[in-house]
Amino acid sequence: MELILSLGIGVLVGSGTWLLFRPRTYQVIIGLALLSYAINLFIFSMGRLTVNAPPVIQPGTEIDPAAFADPIPQALVLTAIVIGFATTALFLVVLLATRGLTGTDHVDGKEDDR
Amino acid sequence: MHSEPLLLYLILLPFMGSIFAALLPTNARNAEAWLAGFVTITTLFIVAYLHPWVADGGVARYAIEWLPELGLNFTLRLDGFAWMFSILITGIGFLVVLYARYYMSPKDPVPRFFSFLLAFMGAMQGMVISGNLICLAIFWELTSIFSFLLIGYWHHNATARDSARMALIITGTGGLCLFAGLIIIGHIVGSYELDDVLVAGDKIRQHDLYTLALLLILMGALTKSAQFPFHFWLPNAMSAPTPVSAYLHSATMVKAGVFLLARFWPVMSGTDEWFFIVGLAGMSTLLLGAFFAIFQQDLKGLLAYSTISHLGLITTLLSLGSPLAAVAAIFHMINHATFKASLFMAAGIIDHEAGTRDMRKLSGLFSFLPITATLAMVASAAMAGVPLLNGFLSKEMFFSETLEQHRASLLDGVAPYAATIASAFAVTYSIRFIHTVFFGAKPANLPRKPHEPPRWMRLPIEFLVLVCLIVGIIPGLTIGPYLHTAVVSVLGERTPEYSLAVWHGINTPLIMSVVALTSGILFYLALRKYLAQGLDGPPVIRSFKGKRIFEQILVTISWRWARWIETHFGTQRLQPQLRLVVFIAFAAGFWPFYTANYHFNLPVFADIDPIFALVWCIGIACALGAAYQAKYHRLAALILMSGAGLVTCITFIWFSAPDLALTQLLVEIVTTILILLGLRWLPKRREIVFKDTLTDHIRRYRDFFLAAACGGGMAMIAYITMTSPLPSSISSYFLEHAYPKGGGTNVVNVILVDFRGFDTFGEITVLGIVALSIFALLRRFRPAPDSIEIPEQQRIQNAYDKAHADREDGETVRDYLKVASVIMQWMFPCIILLAAYLFLRGHDLPGGGFAAGITMATGFLLLYIAGGTRWMEDRLHMLPMRWIAFGLLLAVLTGMGSWLIGFPFLTSYFQYMEVPFIGKIPIATALLFDLGVFALVVGATALILIALAHQSIRSHRSRTTETTKREENT
Repeated sequence: MELILSLGIGVLVGSGTWLLFRPRTYQVIIGLALLSYAINLFIFSMGRLTVNAPPVIQPGTEIDPAAFADPIPQALVLTAIVIGFATTALFLVVLLATRGLTGTDHVDGKEDDR
Repeated sequence: MHSEPLLLYLILLPFMGSIFAALLPTNARNAEAWLAGFVTITTLFIVAYLHPWVADGGVARYAIEWLPELGLNFTLRLDGFAWMFSILITGIGFLVVLYARYYMSPKDPVPRFFSFLLAFMGAMQGMVISGNLICLAIFWELTSIFSFLLIGYWHHNATARDSARMALIITGTGGLCLFAGLIIIGHIVGSYELDDVLVAGDKIRQHDLYTLALLLILMGALTKSAQFPFHFWLPNAMSAPTPVSAYLHSATMVKAGVFLLARFWPVMSGTDEWFFIVGLAGMSTLLLGAFFAIFQQDLKGLLAYSTISHLGLITTLLSLGSPLAAVAAIFHMINHATFKASLFMAAGIIDHEAGTRDMRKLSGLFSFLPITATLAMVASAAMAGVPLLNGFLSKEMFFSETLEQHRASLLDGVAPYAATIASAFAVTYSIRFIHTVFFGAKPANLPRKPHEPPRWMRLPIEFLVLVCLIVGIIPGLTIGPYLHTAVVSVLGERTPEYSLAVWHGINTPLIMSVVALTSGILFYLALRKYLAQGLDGPPVIRSFKGKRIFEQILVTISWRWARWIETHFGTQRLQPQLRLVVFIAFAAGFWPFYTANYHFNLPVFADIDPIFALVWCIGIACALGAAYQAKYHRLAALILMSGAGLVTCITFIWFSAPDLALTQLLVEIVTTILILLGLRWLPKRREIVFKDTLTDHIRRYRDFFLAAACGGGMAMIAYITMTSPLPSSISSYFLEHAYPKGGGTNVVNVILVDFRGFDTFGEITVLGIVALSIFALLRRFRPAPDSIEIPEQQRIQNAYDKAHADREDGETVRDYLKVASVIMQWMFPCIILLAAYLFLRGHDLPGGGFAAGITMATGFLLLYIAGGTRWMEDRLHMLPMRWIAFGLLLAVLTGMGSWLIGFPFLTSYFQYMEVPFIGKIPIATALLFDLGVFALVVGATALILIALAHQSIRSHRSRTTETTKREENT
């Protein structure tokens, strides 16, 4: 399982990074989105992989912390997902504004001289 | 009143006075002077009142804890030496304020002047009574900053601006070095408290870092006290108003350097490094300053160089390392402050009354200004070291000290001669000052007809000259006890026997004085012809100006080098920058791998779930596809990206993170809608086959390998971490205490809204800020010209309507999603219910404010999609900004509520409540906080999406205006 997930993270990072280097703003925004999936999964996996043990406890019972998935990475990733949405939105609007101002969707605001 | 808190007022009063002074109207000259006078004299009285605490080596302390864990406290510490300086700062400060009242022209904006002056006084006062090294460094820099503002007071004048900048750069750089040096001292001693540092002398001197610390601290002290080779800023600073020069550049600020040397004298002096560096700097400054002073044509320039020379004298004394020399240095600090301040004020009066301070134009002023002239003569005599004046006493002590052997070296052997020569120069420039200005022919071509200044303007000079005389004649009775207090506080047990008597019998120092006096007079007579030529600056090295060198260095660093670095290492293109960032990130991640031996567990294929593997096969395919398609097929890339997102979501649910899966799914929906809304404004791109050059290929392969390396590295790190055992963390605490302390069974939600509520509060604030930024950005949005037209599909649909007689215009566009939109409208209440459900169960089961907020926003969004913006806003105006404000406010108020019952911010309270039909629901304050989160997330999400959706209406409007304009033109 760990192998599959880490391969998945690797491919997401690879695709995201490749897109970061591309010249079009849309490619970069897709790249950033892929990267944020990868990073969220990575942070999440720092709590190790646990199947069928969500961190929802039964009140009144003795709690064995080892029997639950680690709640801290989950709490971190939960806010990261929402903030990730906000930054994607901000970047999208910035790229639209640049496109409106400069007339091009190149990341430098002007076409490559080629 | 208890003494210690009074120390705080020594700093607070001037700063408060400064703020108050800044608020007065521009022409309130008298009110300003009264205010500043009141502040300075009150501080003076406080200092005087504190004398009993510092007499006999006592120390008054006052500490406010700041960061006690790091040993950083705001400590004030007044000992005899600091007390003496405080008297100088406040006393001369008062006299300067009185003088400035008459000096400043009614046309000058006086509030600024007095405000800066008082603030400077506060900073200086803070510097001398700081009991903590960090505070000392901060106040030190503040004096540099306020002196910059004061030198540049007449900022319409380019010289004043340049001089101010030069002073700031030099003293500010020195201040930063000093800061670093003080940090090293703090590191050596293990404490930043001055009390601890002062008893750790041996430890400091024997430490390996001693030389470095010494060099850095000396950089601070020597730049501030204008010692060679940093002296040139001081003469240029003379473009400040004269009260500023009298205060800062004679009595206080430039004394900060020698103050610091004396302060650290007990712990740092006595080594070879100290003796040679400080001694060399001091002695060369002493000689050069005095020599340059002779050849100045500007009155204030002469006094400035004389100040440099006298500071060199004090530095030399401190370099010697003998206690007697330190006594002489402290004594000379007081004496120099008194006579130099009075001389500057006299120069200011001459400038004020005669309209110029150029010595080539001034002469024979005695008959016009007899009283001022007499005062100036007495003060100059003190400066030259004539007997029965205070300057004589400390100079004699200096002479006798130079005669002593301190360290057998050339520097030591030269000292008595250098001292005598410098002293002779001092006599020469003093005579030159008096003789040129007050005697000789009647002045011609003066801008103004000079006359005596107002009574009160002269009073400060009279007072200071009186002090010079009294101290010079009966030193033991007047200054004696106070000097002793200061000396004891610096030297402690090493305080030597010394005598302040005027007459010590005929001894070598007296002979040196006589030699200096006579040769000084003879030298002046010999130089008269040369000086009459009216050349500015010393002979031979006239063209060698420190200022010019400084400016050249400045230009080289800040212009040429900066330009060179920019052209060679800078780029305005994003792609190389990103490549570099990614490469550095890769290297930083790779390095620990390479150095530390990680244990790599071989993968076990047996426990792989085939379904999970299949899911990720799809995920990987989606990610690669998105990367491949993002250039020409944006919609396809978006769908593929969402596919990868869904796989992420499945992964979360697979590995026991239902909250994450829920949030991810909802965010996925809004992100997709968001990007779909944006797609319309991007340019069309058709797949054209470019003929790729070799460079393109190389670039693409390089990018590919870098990306592949990053991906591979990340996979490795992830795999190694996941297969190594989990170290013990604080998670068990949260799991064990979520219910007893937070009242919720969903630990993730309890962490978010309770344990780490403050973090969440920060995050929703960020979300709100981002939403508002997007809103603001879009208000000024102008679409690119080729995107203004309505989209192609709508054009086709409209054309279809036109072509068919049975269809109304625009009917197809309006009705194209008729069935779906009806369903969407019906779903609105269901979505509200779902959001409420998710929200209420959040504390105990997967859900919560974030998820509910996005759900709710999706509900609004569906209405927008179903009915269109106009239809929606005619019926329901949701005002997203109010939601944001309400959410943030609710979260803050919930947090602050805990203050009412005496708990820290965001402490939560919980209770369960039985509600009919629904059952037991938790009523915790965390729920209210979560409600705030909910409202803010709804508002922010909706604001972002609606603002973007609105662009099509706005561009429709701009389309209409474009058309009408075109019609008007034709």
